[in-house]
Amino acid sequence: MEFFIIISSGLCLLIGSFLCVSGGIGIIRFPDFYTRMHAVGITDTLGAGLILIGLMLLSTDLLVFAKLVMILLLTLLIGPTTSHVLAKAALHNGLAPKLNQDALDHNSLDQTGNEETNSSNP
Amino acid sequence: MRHTISLFLTLAAFWLFNSGHYSMLVMSLGLVSIVLVLIICHKMDVVDQESQPLYLTPQILGYFVWLIKEIIQANITVVKHIWLGKESISPTFKKIKISQKTDMGKVIYANSITLTPGTVAIDLVDDEIIVHALLYKDFESLEAGEMDRRVSLLER
Amino acid sequence: MLIAATLAIFVAMFLAVIRGIAGPTLYDRILAVNMFGTKTVLLIALLGFVMGRPEFLDIAILYALINFISVIGVLRYSDTNEFKHTPAKQEPTKKEH
Repeated sequence: MEFFIIISSGLCLLIGSFLCVSGGIGIIRFPDFYTRMHAVGITDTLGAGLILIGLMLLSTDLLVFAKLVMILLLTLLIGPTTSHVLAKAALHNGLAPKLNQDALDHNSLDQTGNEETNSSNP
Repeated sequence: MRHTISLFLTLAAFWLFNSGHYSMLVMSLGLVSIVLVLIICHKMDVVDQESQPLYLTPQILGYFVWLIKEIIQANITVVKHIWLGKESISPTFKKIKISQKTDMGKVIYANSITLTPGTVAIDLVDDEIIVHALLYKDFESLEAGEMDRRVSLLER
Repeated sequence: MLIAATLAIFVAMFLAVIRGIAGPTLYDRILAVNMFGTKTVLLIALLGFVMGRPEFLDIAILYALINFISVIGVLRYSDTNEFKHTPAKQEPTKKEH
Protein backbone atom coordinates (compact mmCIF):
# COMPACT_ATOMS: atom_id res chain seq x y z
CA MET A 1 0.00 0.00 0.00
CA GLU A 2 2.81 2.37 1.00
CA PHE A 3 4.69 1.46 -2.15
CA PHE A 4 1.61 2.00 -4.32
CA ILE A 5 1.02 5.49 -2.89
CA ILE A 6 4.63 6.52 -3.48
CA ILE A 7 4.56 5.23 -7.06
CA SER A 8 1.28 6.97 -7.93
CA SER A 9 2.35 10.29 -6.38
CA GLY A 10 5.63 10.09 -8.30
CA LEU A 11 3.69 9.49 -11.50
CA CYS A 12 1.41 12.48 -10.83
CA LEU A 13 4.41 14.72 -10.12
CA LEU A 14 6.18 13.52 -13.26
CA ILE A 15 3.22 14.13 -15.59
CA GLY A 16 2.47 17.46 -13.89
CA SER A 17 6.01 18.73 -14.31
CA PHE A 18 6.02 17.57 -17.94
CA LEU A 19 2.83 19.59 -18.52
CA CYS A 20 4.35 22.66 -16.84
CA VAL A 21 7.46 22.49 -19.01
CA SER A 22 5.22 22.01 -22.07
CA GLY A 23 3.29 25.12 -21.14
CA GLY A 24 6.58 26.99 -20.85
CA ILE A 25 7.64 25.79 -24.30
CA GLY A 26 4.24 26.81 -25.62
CA ILE A 27 4.51 30.34 -24.29
CA ILE A 28 7.79 30.66 -26.18
CA ARG A 29 6.73 28.98 -29.42
CA PHE A 30 3.22 30.20 -30.15
CA PRO A 31 2.89 33.13 -32.56
CA ASP A 32 0.64 35.65 -30.81
CA PHE A 33 -0.82 36.68 -27.48
CA TYR A 34 -4.16 34.84 -27.71
CA THR A 35 -2.58 31.48 -28.54
CA ARG A 36 0.00 31.89 -25.77
CA MET A 37 -2.91 32.27 -23.39
CA HIS A 38 -3.98 28.69 -24.16
CA ALA A 39 -0.48 27.46 -23.30
CA VAL A 40 -0.71 29.16 -19.91
CA GLY A 41 -4.13 27.51 -19.48
CA ILE A 42 -2.48 24.07 -19.49
CA THR A 43 -0.10 24.90 -16.67
CA ASP A 44 -2.93 26.46 -14.69
CA THR A 45 -5.37 23.55 -14.86
CA LEU A 46 -3.90 20.09 -15.25
CA GLY A 47 -0.24 20.94 -14.55
CA ALA A 48 -0.90 22.57 -11.20
CA GLY A 49 -3.66 20.05 -10.46
CA LEU A 50 -1.48 16.98 -10.95
CA ILE A 51 1.44 18.41 -8.97
CA LEU A 52 -0.87 19.30 -6.07
CA ILE A 53 -2.56 15.87 -6.21
CA GLY A 54 0.87 14.26 -6.08
CA LEU A 55 1.70 16.30 -2.99
CA MET A 56 -1.69 15.39 -1.45
CA LEU A 57 -0.85 11.70 -1.78
CA LEU A 58 2.41 12.32 0.08
CA SER A 59 0.82 14.31 2.92
CA THR A 60 0.34 12.59 6.27
CA ASP A 61 -1.46 15.37 8.10
CA LEU A 62 -5.12 16.32 7.63
CA LEU A 63 -4.33 20.05 7.82
CA VAL A 64 -1.68 19.81 5.10
CA PHE A 65 -4.14 17.93 2.91
CA ALA A 66 -6.84 20.57 3.47
CA LYS A 67 -4.43 23.38 2.62
CA LEU A 68 -3.40 21.65 -0.61
CA VAL A 69 -7.08 21.27 -1.55
CA MET A 70 -7.52 24.99 -0.83
CA ILE A 71 -4.57 25.92 -3.07
CA LEU A 72 -5.99 23.72 -5.83
CA LEU A 73 -9.43 25.35 -5.60
CA LEU A 74 -7.88 28.84 -5.60
CA THR A 75 -5.78 28.02 -8.67
CA LEU A 76 -8.80 26.64 -10.53
CA LEU A 77 -10.83 29.75 -9.66
CA ILE A 78 -8.08 32.30 -10.36
CA GLY A 79 -6.71 30.91 -13.64
CA PRO A 80 -9.79 31.36 -15.87
CA THR A 81 -10.63 34.70 -14.28
CA THR A 82 -7.25 36.28 -15.01
CA SER A 83 -7.06 34.90 -18.55
CA HIS A 84 -10.58 36.14 -19.30
CA VAL A 85 -9.85 39.62 -17.90
CA LEU A 86 -6.54 39.78 -19.78
CA ALA A 87 -8.10 38.70 -23.09
CA LYS A 88 -10.98 41.12 -22.70
CA ALA A 89 -8.62 44.03 -21.96
CA ALA A 90 -6.42 43.10 -24.93
CA LEU A 91 -9.38 42.88 -27.31
CA HIS A 92 -10.91 46.15 -26.17
CA ASN A 93 -7.58 47.91 -26.61
CA GLY A 94 -7.30 46.81 -30.22
CA LEU A 95 -4.84 43.93 -30.18
CA ALA A 96 -5.89 41.93 -33.23
CA PRO A 97 -5.56 38.14 -33.07
CA LYS A 98 -3.51 36.42 -35.75
CA LEU A 99 -5.81 34.06 -37.62
CA ASN A 100 -4.93 31.50 -40.24
CA GLN A 101 -6.37 31.77 -43.73
CA ASP A 102 -8.85 28.91 -43.92
CA ALA A 103 -10.26 29.90 -40.54
CA LEU A 104 -10.72 33.42 -41.91
CA ASP A 105 -13.06 32.15 -44.60
CA HIS A 106 -15.42 30.80 -41.96
CA ASN A 107 -14.98 33.90 -39.88
CA SER A 108 -18.30 35.70 -39.67
CA LEU A 109 -17.32 38.07 -36.90
CA ASP A 110 -18.04 41.63 -37.93
CA GLN A 111 -16.19 43.61 -35.37
CA THR A 112 -16.19 47.36 -35.16
CA GLY A 113 -12.96 48.13 -33.35
CA ASN A 114 -11.01 45.52 -35.23
CA GLU A 115 -10.39 46.42 -38.83
CA GLU A 116 -7.36 44.15 -39.14
CA THR A 117 -9.38 40.95 -39.55
CA ASN A 118 -11.80 42.49 -42.01
CA SER A 119 -9.23 44.15 -44.23
CA SER A 120 -7.17 41.01 -44.57
CA ASN A 121 -10.22 39.02 -45.64
CA PRO A 122 -9.99 38.62 -49.41
CA MET B 1 -31.43 32.03 6.44
CA ARG B 2 -30.15 28.90 4.68
CA HIS B 3 -27.62 31.07 2.89
CA THR B 4 -26.36 32.61 6.13
CA ILE B 5 -25.88 29.16 7.65
CA SER B 6 -24.03 27.90 4.59
CA LEU B 7 -21.75 30.98 4.59
CA PHE B 8 -21.11 30.46 8.33
CA LEU B 9 -20.15 26.82 7.79
CA THR B 10 -17.83 27.73 4.90
CA LEU B 11 -16.05 30.41 6.90
CA ALA B 12 -15.78 28.16 9.96
CA ALA B 13 -14.21 25.38 7.88
CA PHE B 14 -11.82 27.92 6.35
CA TRP B 15 -10.73 29.13 9.79
CA LEU B 16 -10.38 25.64 11.32
CA PHE B 17 -8.33 24.25 8.43
CA ASN B 18 -6.08 27.30 8.25
CA SER B 19 -5.32 27.83 11.92
CA GLY B 20 -4.42 24.40 13.30
CA HIS B 21 -4.51 25.68 16.89
CA TYR B 22 -7.57 24.60 18.83
CA SER B 23 -7.19 26.49 22.11
CA MET B 24 -10.07 28.43 23.64
CA LEU B 25 -8.62 31.87 22.83
CA VAL B 26 -8.00 31.17 19.14
CA MET B 27 -11.41 29.54 18.67
CA SER B 28 -13.21 32.50 20.23
CA LEU B 29 -11.20 34.93 18.08
CA GLY B 30 -12.29 32.88 15.07
CA LEU B 31 -15.93 33.04 16.12
CA VAL B 32 -15.71 36.82 16.53
CA SER B 33 -14.17 37.28 13.08
CA ILE B 34 -16.74 35.02 11.43
CA VAL B 35 -19.59 36.98 13.00
CA LEU B 36 -17.95 40.24 11.89
CA VAL B 37 -17.67 38.98 8.30
CA LEU B 38 -21.31 37.82 8.38
CA ILE B 39 -22.43 41.29 9.56
CA ILE B 40 -20.40 43.01 6.84
CA CYS B 41 -21.79 40.63 4.19
CA HIS B 42 -25.35 41.38 5.31
CA LYS B 43 -24.66 45.11 5.10
CA MET B 44 -23.26 44.65 1.58
CA ASP B 45 -26.36 42.60 0.73
CA VAL B 46 -24.45 39.80 -0.95
CA VAL B 47 -25.78 36.83 1.03
CA ASP B 48 -28.33 35.44 -1.40
CA GLN B 49 -29.00 32.83 -4.06
CA GLU B 50 -26.20 34.20 -6.20
CA SER B 51 -23.25 34.01 -3.82
CA GLN B 52 -24.37 30.76 -2.17
CA PRO B 53 -25.89 28.69 -5.00
CA LEU B 54 -27.27 25.91 -2.80
CA TYR B 55 -29.83 24.80 -5.35
CA LEU B 56 -27.01 23.59 -7.61
CA THR B 57 -25.56 21.15 -5.08
CA PRO B 58 -27.29 17.88 -6.14
CA GLN B 59 -26.40 17.99 -9.83
CA ILE B 60 -23.10 19.87 -9.85
CA LEU B 61 -20.97 16.86 -8.84
CA GLY B 62 -21.87 14.95 -11.98
CA TYR B 63 -21.10 18.02 -14.06
CA PHE B 64 -17.70 18.40 -12.39
CA VAL B 65 -16.77 14.81 -13.17
CA TRP B 66 -17.70 15.35 -16.81
CA LEU B 67 -15.81 18.67 -16.89
CA ILE B 68 -12.63 17.12 -15.46
CA LYS B 69 -12.74 14.41 -18.14
CA GLU B 70 -13.18 17.12 -20.78
CA ILE B 71 -10.27 19.18 -19.34
CA ILE B 72 -7.94 16.17 -19.47
CA GLN B 73 -8.82 15.49 -23.12
CA ALA B 74 -8.33 19.15 -24.07
CA ASN B 75 -4.97 19.22 -22.25
CA ILE B 76 -3.70 16.25 -24.24
CA THR B 77 -4.75 17.93 -27.50
CA VAL B 78 -3.10 21.26 -26.66
CA VAL B 79 0.15 19.63 -25.47
CA LYS B 80 0.29 17.64 -28.70
CA HIS B 81 -0.08 20.83 -30.72
CA ILE B 82 2.56 22.64 -28.63
CA TRP B 83 5.11 20.01 -29.57
CA LEU B 84 3.91 19.90 -33.20
CA GLY B 85 4.69 23.59 -33.60
CA LYS B 86 2.96 26.67 -34.87
CA GLU B 87 2.05 25.30 -38.32
CA SER B 88 -0.39 22.78 -36.88
CA ILE B 89 -2.67 25.23 -35.08
CA SER B 90 -5.58 27.15 -36.59
CA PRO B 91 -6.58 30.02 -34.28
CA THR B 92 -10.25 30.91 -34.61
CA PHE B 93 -12.18 33.81 -33.25
CA LYS B 94 -15.95 33.75 -33.38
CA LYS B 95 -19.27 34.44 -31.68
CA ILE B 96 -21.43 31.58 -30.49
CA LYS B 97 -25.03 31.51 -29.32
CA ILE B 98 -25.84 30.22 -25.86
CA SER B 99 -29.16 28.86 -24.68
CA GLN B 100 -28.91 29.60 -20.94
CA LYS B 101 -31.45 31.97 -19.47
CA THR B 102 -30.21 32.72 -15.96
CA ASP B 103 -27.07 34.67 -15.09
CA MET B 104 -25.73 31.73 -13.11
CA GLY B 105 -26.04 29.40 -16.09
CA LYS B 106 -24.26 31.87 -18.37
CA VAL B 107 -21.42 32.32 -15.89
CA ILE B 108 -20.99 28.57 -15.41
CA TYR B 109 -20.90 28.04 -19.18
CA ALA B 110 -18.40 30.86 -19.86
CA ASN B 111 -16.17 29.73 -17.00
CA SER B 112 -16.23 26.15 -18.23
CA ILE B 113 -15.20 27.33 -21.70
CA THR B 114 -12.30 29.28 -20.24
CA LEU B 115 -11.25 26.49 -17.88
CA THR B 116 -10.94 24.06 -20.77
CA PRO B 117 -7.54 24.67 -22.39
CA GLY B 118 -7.77 25.55 -26.05
CA THR B 119 -10.82 27.78 -25.76
CA VAL B 120 -11.14 31.13 -23.98
CA ALA B 121 -14.38 33.07 -23.55
CA ILE B 122 -13.49 36.71 -24.12
CA ASP B 123 -16.73 38.62 -23.85
CA LEU B 124 -20.34 37.89 -22.91
CA VAL B 125 -23.04 40.09 -24.44
CA ASP B 126 -26.70 39.15 -23.86
CA ASP B 127 -26.86 35.65 -25.29
CA GLU B 128 -23.66 35.55 -27.30
CA ILE B 129 -20.15 34.61 -26.19
CA ILE B 130 -17.05 35.69 -28.13
CA VAL B 131 -14.69 32.72 -28.08
CA HIS B 132 -11.07 32.43 -29.13
CA ALA B 133 -10.11 28.84 -29.91
CA LEU B 134 -6.69 27.39 -30.61
CA LEU B 135 -8.02 24.91 -33.16
CA TYR B 136 -10.99 25.12 -35.48
CA LYS B 137 -11.90 21.59 -34.36
CA ASP B 138 -12.30 22.72 -30.73
CA PHE B 139 -14.67 25.34 -31.96
CA GLU B 140 -16.80 22.85 -33.83
CA SER B 141 -17.08 20.65 -30.76
CA LEU B 142 -18.28 23.69 -28.80
CA GLU B 143 -20.91 24.41 -31.43
CA ALA B 144 -22.08 20.80 -31.31
CA GLY B 145 -23.46 21.80 -27.92
CA GLU B 146 -22.64 18.97 -25.52
CA MET B 147 -21.41 21.38 -22.83
CA ASP B 148 -24.26 23.79 -23.51
CA ARG B 149 -26.82 21.04 -22.98
CA ARG B 150 -25.21 19.89 -19.72
CA VAL B 151 -25.08 23.43 -18.29
CA SER B 152 -28.71 23.99 -19.27
CA LEU B 153 -29.64 20.90 -17.27
CA LEU B 154 -28.06 22.53 -14.20
CA GLU B 155 -30.22 25.62 -14.22
CA ARG B 156 -33.85 25.54 -13.28
CA MET C 1 10.80 12.90 -7.65
CA LEU C 2 10.04 16.00 -5.59
CA ILE C 3 13.38 17.51 -6.59
CA ALA C 4 12.78 16.67 -10.26
CA ALA C 5 9.39 18.42 -10.12
CA THR C 6 11.05 21.45 -8.47
CA LEU C 7 13.61 21.62 -11.27
CA ALA C 8 10.84 21.35 -13.90
CA ILE C 9 9.01 24.26 -12.26
CA PHE C 10 12.27 26.24 -12.35
CA VAL C 11 12.56 25.57 -16.09
CA ALA C 12 8.96 26.70 -16.68
CA MET C 13 9.59 29.88 -14.66
CA PHE C 14 12.75 30.58 -16.66
CA LEU C 15 10.81 30.26 -19.95
CA ALA C 16 8.14 32.61 -18.59
CA VAL C 17 10.83 35.16 -17.74
CA ILE C 18 12.21 34.91 -21.28
CA ARG C 19 8.75 35.64 -22.68
CA GLY C 20 8.35 38.49 -20.22
CA ILE C 21 11.56 40.12 -21.39
CA ALA C 22 11.07 39.42 -25.10
CA GLY C 23 7.29 39.81 -25.31
CA PRO C 24 6.37 42.22 -28.10
CA THR C 25 3.19 43.57 -26.50
CA LEU C 26 2.33 44.68 -23.00
CA TYR C 27 -0.22 41.85 -22.66
CA ASP C 28 2.42 39.21 -23.31
CA ARG C 29 4.40 40.60 -20.42
CA ILE C 30 1.41 40.62 -18.07
CA LEU C 31 0.63 37.03 -19.11
CA ALA C 32 4.22 36.00 -18.41
CA VAL C 33 4.18 37.67 -15.00
CA ASN C 34 0.91 35.92 -14.16
CA MET C 35 2.32 32.54 -15.17
CA PHE C 36 5.46 33.25 -13.14
CA GLY C 37 3.25 33.94 -10.12
CA THR C 38 1.22 30.73 -10.40
CA LYS C 39 4.42 28.74 -10.86
CA THR C 40 5.82 30.42 -7.73
CA VAL C 41 2.85 29.11 -5.74
CA LEU C 42 3.61 25.57 -6.90
CA LEU C 43 7.32 26.09 -6.20
CA ILE C 44 6.68 27.20 -2.62
CA ALA C 45 4.41 24.20 -2.00
CA LEU C 46 7.00 21.80 -3.44
CA LEU C 47 9.85 23.40 -1.46
CA GLY C 48 7.81 22.97 1.71
CA PHE C 49 7.72 19.23 1.06
CA VAL C 50 11.40 19.04 0.02
CA MET C 51 12.53 20.77 3.20
CA GLY C 52 9.98 18.99 5.38
CA ARG C 53 8.30 22.18 6.52
CA PRO C 54 4.57 22.15 5.62
CA GLU C 55 4.12 25.65 7.07
CA PHE C 56 5.21 26.91 3.65
CA LEU C 57 1.70 26.09 2.38
CA ASP C 58 0.29 29.11 4.24
CA ILE C 59 2.70 31.32 2.32
CA ALA C 60 1.64 29.61 -0.91
CA ILE C 61 -2.04 30.43 -0.27
CA LEU C 62 -1.15 34.06 0.48
CA TYR C 63 1.00 34.27 -2.64
CA ALA C 64 -1.84 32.94 -4.83
CA LEU C 65 -4.20 35.62 -3.50
CA ILE C 66 -1.64 38.44 -3.87
CA ASN C 67 -0.82 37.35 -7.42
CA PHE C 68 -4.49 37.38 -8.41
CA ILE C 69 -5.12 40.79 -6.88
CA SER C 70 -2.02 42.31 -8.51
CA VAL C 71 -2.99 41.16 -12.02
CA ILE C 72 -6.56 42.37 -11.58
CA GLY C 73 -5.24 45.64 -10.14
CA VAL C 74 -2.95 46.26 -13.10
CA LEU C 75 -5.76 45.53 -15.55
CA ARG C 76 -8.09 47.98 -13.81
CA TYR C 77 -6.05 50.66 -15.55
CA SER C 78 -6.50 49.05 -18.95
CA ASP C 79 -8.87 51.74 -20.24
CA THR C 80 -6.22 54.43 -20.09
CA ASN C 81 -4.29 55.43 -23.17
CA GLU C 82 -1.06 53.79 -22.03
CA PHE C 83 -2.55 50.37 -22.75
CA LYS C 84 -3.65 51.13 -26.33
CA HIS C 85 -2.08 48.65 -28.69
CA THR C 86 -0.56 50.37 -31.73
CA PRO C 87 0.29 47.79 -34.40
CA ALA C 88 2.79 50.08 -36.07
CA LYS C 89 5.88 48.11 -36.90
CA GLN C 90 5.29 44.54 -35.95
CA GLU C 91 2.77 43.44 -38.56
CA PRO C 92 4.04 44.64 -41.93
CA THR C 93 3.57 41.20 -43.48
CA LYS C 94 -0.19 41.18 -43.10
CA LYS C 95 -0.63 44.42 -45.04
CA GLU C 96 0.34 42.72 -48.29
CA HIS C 97 -2.92 40.97 -48.92
